[in-house]
Amino acid sequence: MTDFNDIKESLVRLDEARVLQLVRDALEKGNTAGDILNNGLIAAMDIIGEKMEKGDMFIPEVLMAAQTMAKGVHILKPLLGEDESSSRGCVVIGTVKGDLHDIGKNLVAMLMESAGFTVHNLGVDIPPDVFIKAIKEKKANILCLSALLTTTMPMMKQTVDALVESGLRDQIKIMVGGAPVTRDFAASIGADAYAPDAGSAAKAAKTLLN
Amino acid sequence: MFQIIGERINTSRKKVQAAVIERDADYIRRDAQQQQDAGADFIDINAGARIGHEMEDMKWLIKTIQPIAGVPLCLDSPDPAVLEMAYGMVDKPPMINSISLEKERFDTMMPFLKGKACKIVALCMDDSGMPNSSDDIVKRAEKLVAELEAIGMKQNDIFIDPLVQPISTDTQKGIMVLNAVRKIKALFPHVHITGGLSNISYGLPQRKIINQTFILLMMGAGMDSAIIDPLDAKIMAAIKTADMLLGNDSYCMAFLKGVRAGLIVS
Repeated sequence: MTDFNDIKESLVRLDEARVLQLVRDALEKGNTAGDILNNGLIAAMDIIGEKMEKGDMFIPEVLMAAQTMAKGVHILKPLLGEDESSSRGCVVIGTVKGDLHDIGKNLVAMLMESAGFTVHNLGVDIPPDVFIKAIKEKKANILCLSALLTTTMPMMKQTVDALVESGLRDQIKIMVGGAPVTRDFAASIGADAYAPDAGSAAKAAKTLLN
Repeated sequence: MFQIIGERINTSRKKVQAAVIERDADYIRRDAQQQQDAGADFIDINAGARIGHEMEDMKWLIKTIQPIAGVPLCLDSPDPAVLEMAYGMVDKPPMINSISLEKERFDTMMPFLKGKACKIVALCMDDSGMPNSSDDIVKRAEKLVAELEAIGMKQNDIFIDPLVQPISTDTQKGIMVLNAVRKIKALFPHVHITGGLSNISYGLPQRKIINQTFILLMMGAGMDSAIIDPLDAKIMAAIKTADMLLGNDSYCMAFLKGVRAGLIVS
């Protein structure tokens, strides 16, 4: 049994060469690719997300970690069984119609992916019907909406309302975020969760599906 | 001289929003007065945060600030109806914040601007989103200047915002905007360059030192205005000092005045 702590600590330290070596070592010692992925890499990204939330790690470091993780996953992917590669849940994410901001939303998408979710990033300026279509097609569990302008926040409500009308509301959890968005606003439009940053978004998504 | 657009009267700031809800005129006037005293050349007014109340909040804010405003106001709204109302209330030609190349915004703002005495903040944003290269920024700036000149606006009244983006997700974003500012200034020496700067440091710690350093680099490239908090004494001192070093402070008077007022210290 390999000590996955070493992998976790090396990824948190952003020591890419060591992470990749440890992943290969762990495979040689007979660990399954699924174990290494879930208990090593994804577990490390969970720690990194928490550190980001606390202000102990910063966006460039999180990006570097995600890149290292992707290289690790590249080694593991051919060896992952069907069931092992199954995800924590399916997320549809996008910036609402009328709003073209994408940096924060892309960070959330990246951290959720690193946390083991399957993420469908629809992009920016997404009207409610496109969200609804994607949720149906992908059978999503979580919808993440981003708005960076006070003028586009009402579109979040319209998107939630459209989901209610479509009859899909009960099948999906809705999370909202973006600089002007608050917890109170999230509650007022009937969202299930609010996340102030990418680290807490990934954590909140896990909580929502548990 | 570098022109400061004071950004504090914005209902997305908690204290300002509370004062607006309570119609606390003293708080708002005190804040606006402090900004002018600190060297603001324009006082930005943004009443957009209380959804559904923008028109009445903007009206009250202008009515409250206008009597004590020694400098022009900067009317900050995407809604031409709100701007039209606000424009009718001001006693000095205002700055309008803002127009962009996003079709909906552009098409509604152009008829509003035509024939008005005002300065305009023009964002290098279009329907494809934020600019992705220096050339992208410059092309958008060229288009904005051409369109605004075609309706009779003077280059001296145009303030291009090249849209500063975070370097935490792409370390080339700083140099990208610096190069664009140099090119825009070379093409249009009379057009001003303005904008918010704090985006540059998004996602990084110790943001103030990043913002302060960046504004000096931007000034070196040709930025001659910024939308900032004039009560941030350190950034104001850095701007005044840099403006002097760039040859914009005759006999170093503004710098010396700042030193005597205790605003600039080493």
